[in-house]
Amino acid sequence: MRTRFQQGLGELREKLLRMGGLAEQAVDRACQAYIERDLTRCHMVLENESAINAAEREIDELALDLLALQQPMAVDLRFILAVTKINSDLERVGDQAVNIAERVMDMVQLPPAELPVDIPRMATASSAMVRRALESFIEGKAELAQAVLEMDNVVDRMRDEAFINLTRKMNETPEVTRQALDALLVARNLERVADHATNIAEDVIFWVRGADVRHNVAAAMNIAANPPRQRY
Amino acid sequence: MGVGIEVERLNAWFGKTQALHDITMSVAANHATAIIGPSGCGKSTFVRCLNRMHETIPGARVEGKVSIGDLQVYNGTSATKVRRRVGMVFQKPNPFPTMSIYDNVAAGLKLNGFRNRRELDEIVERSLQQSALWDEVKDKLRKQSGASLSGGQQQRLCIARALAVQPQVLLMDEPASALDPISTGKIEDLIFQLKEDYTIVIVTHNMQQASRVAEFTGFFLLGELIEFDKTEKIFTTPSDKRTEDYITGRFG
Repeated sequence: MRTRFQQGLGELREKLLRMGGLAEQAVDRACQAYIERDLTRCHMVLENESAINAAEREIDELALDLLALQQPMAVDLRFILAVTKINSDLERVGDQAVNIAERVMDMVQLPPAELPVDIPRMATASSAMVRRALESFIEGKAELAQAVLEMDNVVDRMRDEAFINLTRKMNETPEVTRQALDALLVARNLERVADHATNIAEDVIFWVRGADVRHNVAAAMNIAANPPRQRY
Repeated sequence: MGVGIEVERLNAWFGKTQALHDITMSVAANHATAIIGPSGCGKSTFVRCLNRMHETIPGARVEGKVSIGDLQVYNGTSATKVRRRVGMVFQKPNPFPTMSIYDNVAAGLKLNGFRNRRELDEIVERSLQQSALWDEVKDKLRKQSGASLSGGQQQRLCIARALAVQPQVLLMDEPASALDPISTGKIEDLIFQLKEDYTIVIVTHNMQQASRVAEFTGFFLLGELIEFDKTEKIFTTPSDKRTEDYITGRFG
């Protein structure tokens, strides 16, 4: 048993979970700020960005050390690769939260407008995807990760609806164009959050099953469930 | 050119102890195949069955079928004929200590009655070139003994000696485990070049070495071949839990 190496892997896992918590919290705060037009929460999101960036660097450093010093193999190698990719996605999730907070700061200065978009519902869906992707990582369960992949279409559809409805609103009521544009950008940011959650789920599947499921889910999942036996 | 090796239901014993159980494996021609596994798993016994060396141990016995190209290793073929096709390099370099560098390389040919001086010169040079030792020893071929070389050079001398009889298969049992990283690197580069002309089977404890030099890897455990596949498959997504436990160090 390589005790020190196993400890390193455990530490990497802990750090990534903490990072996941920070990113998830940032998205939730930014969305709450949108709903409540709350500047305080916006500032909290902006201030926490540096913590997320620091966490990203720490994880990368530890992953690099483990790769260089411990020569991981097989499931451990896949785990470390998955962690570094999930790490980047979580950092980008944090960036999307900052973008949302900046939109809210802009909106708060404008008169409130009734807009044909359900941002809270979209926020709930995107956050749930991030949370479930992280749960699939904690549990090491590819089935949970697959459920996340299937949720992505729902959020994409919400984004498309938001685009159609908000552009119509801008045409009909030009005086709320800026508010509508802010809301549209928030919808796009949330859709990007969902995309990062999808990437995280794909990386979990790669780690657990050794299958690359990017860009062709059904076929790859099938192969992963029934790996071909080759003889040479 | 190298030839493929077909092993079918190979069993081997030391007295009453069975060391190999029903090994079936196809070794691809002109590729390097690594054999990995913990100490005592039968990997050395396996390669020693490929050139009839296992049976030289008192009480040792082999059953099953091994063919090297069209040559049946165990079906009435003489061991000498098999070993002419199958060269072997061991963990510890073992040059003939009293012979010059030249005579070490020429030993196998001379033993087979080869006397043509000019051709012998050519073969010695070619073998030393192939084993990447020529430039380091060309000025002292007859003046110095094989034992005067460094460990890494001695190992390349042993490789040259194995190559001189023009085998089709080269078996290497831990060829770099007694060498420093630079000599190890040279041996690994050499394995890469030698694949063009020979089929190589290498036993190694060093999994990074297996992953660097071999296209195929077999994992042995308690005398059984647990998994045999492309090297990248074995080291990234092995099919058997026991293989994964071994290569990730969770074993035992």
